[in-house]
Amino acid sequence: MANTATRSFLQVAATEEATTPLRVVQIEGLVILKIIKHCKEFSPALVTGQLLGLDVGSVLEVTNCFPFPLEMMRCLREVNVDNNTVGWYQSTLFGSFQTVELIETFMNYQENIRRCVCIIYDPSRSNQGVLALKALKLSDSFMELYRSNNFTGEKLREKNLSWVDIFEEIPIKVSNSALVSAFMTELEADTPVSQCDYDRLQLSTSPFLERNVEFLIECMDDLSMEQQKFQFYYRNLSRQQAQQQAWLQKRRAENMARKNAGEEPLPEEDPSNPIFKPIPEPSRLDSFLITNQIANYCNQINGIPDQAIIVAQPGKMEFFGPVGL
Amino acid sequence: MGSNEQTVLQFVPSPASVSARVHPLVIFNICDCYVRRPDQAERVIGTLLGSVLPDGTVDIRNSYAVPHNESSDQVALDIDYHHNMLSSHQKVNPKEVIVGWFSTGRVTGGSALIHEFYSREVSNPVHLTVDTEFRSGNAAIKAFVSVSLSLGDLQLAAQFQEIPLDLRMVEAEQIGFDVLKPTNVDKLPSDLEGMEASMERLLALIDDVYKYVDDVVEGRVAPDNKIGRFISNTVASLPKLSPYAFDKLMNDSLQLGDLKPSKKKYKLIEIRKRTTILETTYFLYLLHPTS
Repeated sequence: MANTATRSFLQVAATEEATTPLRVVQIEGLVILKIIKHCKEFSPALVTGQLLGLDVGSVLEVTNCFPFPLEMMRCLREVNVDNNTVGWYQSTLFGSFQTVELIETFMNYQENIRRCVCIIYDPSRSNQGVLALKALKLSDSFMELYRSNNFTGEKLREKNLSWVDIFEEIPIKVSNSALVSAFMTELEADTPVSQCDYDRLQLSTSPFLERNVEFLIECMDDLSMEQQKFQFYYRNLSRQQAQQQAWLQKRRAENMARKNAGEEPLPEEDPSNPIFKPIPEPSRLDSFLITNQIANYCNQINGIPDQAIIVAQPGKMEFFGPVGL
Repeated sequence: MGSNEQTVLQFVPSPASVSARVHPLVIFNICDCYVRRPDQAERVIGTLLGSVLPDGTVDIRNSYAVPHNESSDQVALDIDYHHNMLSSHQKVNPKEVIVGWFSTGRVTGGSALIHEFYSREVSNPVHLTVDTEFRSGNAAIKAFVSVSLSLGDLQLAAQFQEIPLDLRMVEAEQIGFDVLKPTNVDKLPSDLEGMEASMERLLALIDDVYKYVDDVVEGRVAPDNKIGRFISNTVASLPKLSPYAFDKLMNDSLQLGDLKPSKKKYKLIEIRKRTTILETTYFLYLLHPTS
């Protein structure tokens, strides 16, 4: 590549088309503040907004964002803000974001833009001094499967796809312009402790824990519902198979008799018979999503031991709140 | 003149106790707009959104830039753009109304004209200047209101009067300056890493207190009764427990006995952390200026 130095920007942009995988989402501090403001102002209602930025190689830069409505995008273009949509953000409560709607939105976006991310912010965690920002995308193999809308056990085994493979979390980098950095350094002299430290040292994590466990229990209920659906399906399936077997045996015996009598044998299949109608297999998508949520709640609960300690024993769970002073 | 002796020279409205508060998002947005300004533009100006709090403080919570053209004696503002943007913002948050306007740099001749325009949008707008060029050598952010000098009913001149501006950035503090200050952060701190950073800061604080007490005891530093009382109150607010009783309390409530040795070690680390929190939280609460 002798002419590397002389390649024009356009050429570089053209060669970049060979899709490099998305590795990092780089967010401006401005975007973080905007997202937090929007999500917090409307909490506990859940809100969404659009992310704007640039897709540069393996980095997706998010340089601005705005709450829906959409016409704001046209306006922002006039003041030189990057006006390419690179995804959207949404708020969540206790991380309960893995829903079918999220996947549907993803698919909609994916149709229009090659690369998109969803940034999830959890305002409920910010008063614990945690910046709960997450950048997610759907995995390619999952998208392929979702397009064919085929979530049968067989297909999933074939693709070797399990619940952890639906979402991919992308590491987040933060960048601030030198100007902002200078202002922040100037305006906020290094204080020994900041609000963030106080929030982190709050000892009352029980409400957070309680809500998490509550959601966890709900999810377990949902999961058992899903399992019942499968049991029902398998019961029906085995009953149908038994019926088919019985019918086949009967037909074979009949055919034998006909053969002996010198008559033409009847066909061994009868599509018009209701017992040969295939029973649709319930989609595994829901149970996968529920499992994802459960994993999420478990992770959050796992993260709590700094403040409240959980001792899980076989058969029962005990929660110890903070030791009183 | 003699016939009108009641006429006095005065400022209208009198520069009463108006003050403003600005949220970090506004500063971030103005900086971003300035970085992205058009080629020839000297400065960017735009609208400030927010509300007036019951105590009269102007709470500046949001902003957007408005394209403009400036020549020596006239200013052209894209008013359509301003109104479009305003209605979009109000669809999202109807509670945020125009409270004033911002400009980078400092107050210039054109400012009076723009201020007049905003005075038609809202009564007594606030003018925020952000010195993005660091001309004065530091990050000067100032807020002004316009007061007009009048002689009786006759208006003579208008003047930008600086008002107190509260730049405390609680929102930014909550996110953590570790994320907002540097130009590049490779990774967001996870829960535990954030906790670790906080603990380190705490321990450093405790060391400072220890050092101060030692210095006073050794006579190296002049004692300050105020600080002494502070520390004494802090220490007194923790219940006095013998180490044995403390261990027992901990062990009982944590049921360490039932755990495997490997887990026990982990848990003991947690407990050390916890006890440090217990010790230091009170220090913190007492040291915090608001409590």
